[in-house]
Amino acid sequence: MTIATAARGVLSKLETCRGDRNDGHDRDPAWLADARLAALAWVGEHGFPTRKDEDWKYTGLDPILAVPFEAAAAGTGRWVSAEMIDTAAVDLGGPRLVFVNGHFAAELSRLTGLPAGAEVTNLAAVLAARPQRLEPFFSHTPGEHHAFAAFNDVLAEDGAFIHLTPGTSVDEPIQLVFFSDTGGFPLMSSPRSVIVAEAGSRATIVETYAGTFGDVYCTNAVTEAVLGDDAQIEHYKVQDEPLTAFHLALLDVRQGRNSRFSSRSVMLGSSIARHEVRVLLEDVGAEVSLDGVYLPQGDQLHDNTIFVDHAATGCTSHQLYKGVLDGGGHGVFNGHIMVRPGADGTDANQKNKNLILSDRAEVDTRPRLEIYTDDVKCTHGAAVGQLDEEALLYLRARAIPLEAARGLLIYAFVHEMVDRIELEPLRAQLETLVAGRFTHGDDQVKP
Amino acid sequence: MMLKIENLHASIEDKKILRGVNLEVNAGEVHAIMGPNGSGKSTLASVLIGREGYDVSGSVRYQGQDLLALSPEDRAAAGVFLAFQHPVEIPGVGNLYFMRTALNSLRRQRGQEELDAVDFLALAQERMKLVEMDQTFMSRSVNEGFSGGEKKRNEILQMAILEPRLAILDETDSGLDIDALRVVANGVNALRSEGRAMLVITHHQRLLDYIVPDRVHVMAAGRIVRPGNKDLAVELEENGYNGLGQQDSAGRMPVGATR
Ligand SMILES: Nc1ncnc2c1ncn2[C@@H]1O[C@H](COP(=O)(O)OP(=O)(O)O)[C@@H](O)[C@H]1O
Ligand SMILES: [Mg+2]
Repeated sequence: MTIATAARGVLSKLETCRGDRNDGHDRDPAWLADARLAALAWVGEHGFPTRKDEDWKYTGLDPILAVPFEAAAAGTGRWVSAEMIDTAAVDLGGPRLVFVNGHFAAELSRLTGLPAGAEVTNLAAVLAARPQRLEPFFSHTPGEHHAFAAFNDVLAEDGAFIHLTPGTSVDEPIQLVFFSDTGGFPLMSSPRSVIVAEAGSRATIVETYAGTFGDVYCTNAVTEAVLGDDAQIEHYKVQDEPLTAFHLALLDVRQGRNSRFSSRSVMLGSSIARHEVRVLLEDVGAEVSLDGVYLPQGDQLHDNTIFVDHAATGCTSHQLYKGVLDGGGHGVFNGHIMVRPGADGTDANQKNKNLILSDRAEVDTRPRLEIYTDDVKCTHGAAVGQLDEEALLYLRARAIPLEAARGLLIYAFVHEMVDRIELEPLRAQLETLVAGRFTHGDDQVKP
Repeated sequence: MMLKIENLHASIEDKKILRGVNLEVNAGEVHAIMGPNGSGKSTLASVLIGREGYDVSGSVRYQGQDLLALSPEDRAAAGVFLAFQHPVEIPGVGNLYFMRTALNSLRRQRGQEELDAVDFLALAQERMKLVEMDQTFMSRSVNEGFSGGEKKRNEILQMAILEPRLAILDETDSGLDIDALRVVANGVNALRSEGRAMLVITHHQRLLDYIVPDRVHVMAAGRIVRPGNKDLAVELEENGYNGLGQQDSAGRMPVGATR
């Protein structure tokens, strides 16, 4: 199926969706209906990205466009149980919002233990009660730069809504679990989450994406975070969707003066997964740190696309992405740093390291620096290598069998990333997931 | 007999490195192999532990088995150990964890019970005394940022923990000052035993003042050209290796016998 026909197919689905009285769109306020239509028109005009688009050069979308996805409606996947959620995402003990096929599942969620200044709820609830609060986000249209983000504008009905009033500090991590269970119909879910961290507020937010083994679906998620002056947000993302699923996500961040944002992403699952991060360092002294690890194997494609926009003076950005490519796995690191005119005192660094384990595996690493001012400190580097044969021999000469020795070296390569995760239960879970990927039922690769 | 090497040849990409090595080592014996740089000493060690990439012919019997047929890990499990001339750095793998994994792999392959972290730590601490090694080295990555001497001690520590039957020490003395040499030699001597054989590769006679061998062999141009007793080492120290290469059919005699 060509991209054009696929696009038409999805568009006609959208039209029928919009005629359906039960899908929530009929309750949209005028500004939202306009925003959705504008996004739809944008897709109609620009179509889907192709490999001719610089940011999609290595990631073909045909396999996604070939599937006749339907927009996931509220109320699907009712048989998803608390046990399924706990298995997919280790319970971190704090507030936990669970979304099934992109829609809030109140009975699986827990919203206790929040301080007075923290509002943690779901987007649909806000849309129903006080829709005007969302206007700044939908009219900001992060979707403007590609069709999937625009589709999220069109289809998003639910997701997390987190609002921290000035000075509010949430000690417990806020956990967001996006679980998909399609019941056999190829579904597209479009969660939209909004994080507003006002001046001096602090929180840790963990997003986990998972789903039922064998289900065919596409997650098309957008998370927007707006940090006020001195706000601090630690963001984690675990993408562990089944191999039959597709995952497209955009994390869009805007940072105020001296704010600090960190994001650590672990990509494990999906057939095609793209985790895009866009950060606008809007005001003086903002600091962002982005880490990612991607582990494609089989026929998986893991795309990390990053855009860090230094638009103010004295801002700092760090990026460290590590990939392990096995089987016919394909990794993409597409990291773009922009330093605007006048963004003096910028300190930006970017590192991408890859370990290739098989002849069929592939990685495309493309750091891009665009610098329009002199007073900057920018470094970047990319490396692609194989397992160190000398180290393998050394381990084997100490009686460690070949497979275990390989596992140990691979784990050593990525463990630096897992080690950076400060949330203990999450770190432990990821350690097990990552270590388990490189051994065959052997438990001995966790240093 | 612990080890019997007969007419061992090894080449890499048509470059002949070992040209018919013969050697017999009994349990309880310490043999020294001396010889100039480039004579093939490390290659012999590499072939014995199963490094890939060589064309090998000839025979190596180890405790009655065909050693050349085994994988490196199986050789290690059978009790063959090499203290590497250039131990590799392995960032991200903790030294203590590595040694426990090694010992437990060895124990598992021998059908013995594995040691848990607590028992292993106790064992490691005891063996560390032998090479006067500080505990901080155990929490670092394997060999990462270790000085030359620290790497050598770390090798001997592994030997002390793994308790091999055949230990090959490749230039364990190089890069050591006299105090470190004494420490390493004491560690090695403490591990000499009835059931264990050692092959000590060096090109300095100095080490053999501390580790006194039962036999000394001289290697030149890929062959053992002169077997002897420990006086041979002294003779070599005085006269150098010149005149020992006559058996090299290609007529090439490596120079630079002393460094
Ligand atoms: N991997 C290799 N490829 C090609 N030549 C090698 C290789 N390893 C060793 N050699 C050569 O084989 C000879 C013996 O080397 P080596 O065994 O390291 O000697 P020694 O340990 O006695 O100094 C040298 O000429 C060396 O350059
Ligand atoms: Mg050597």
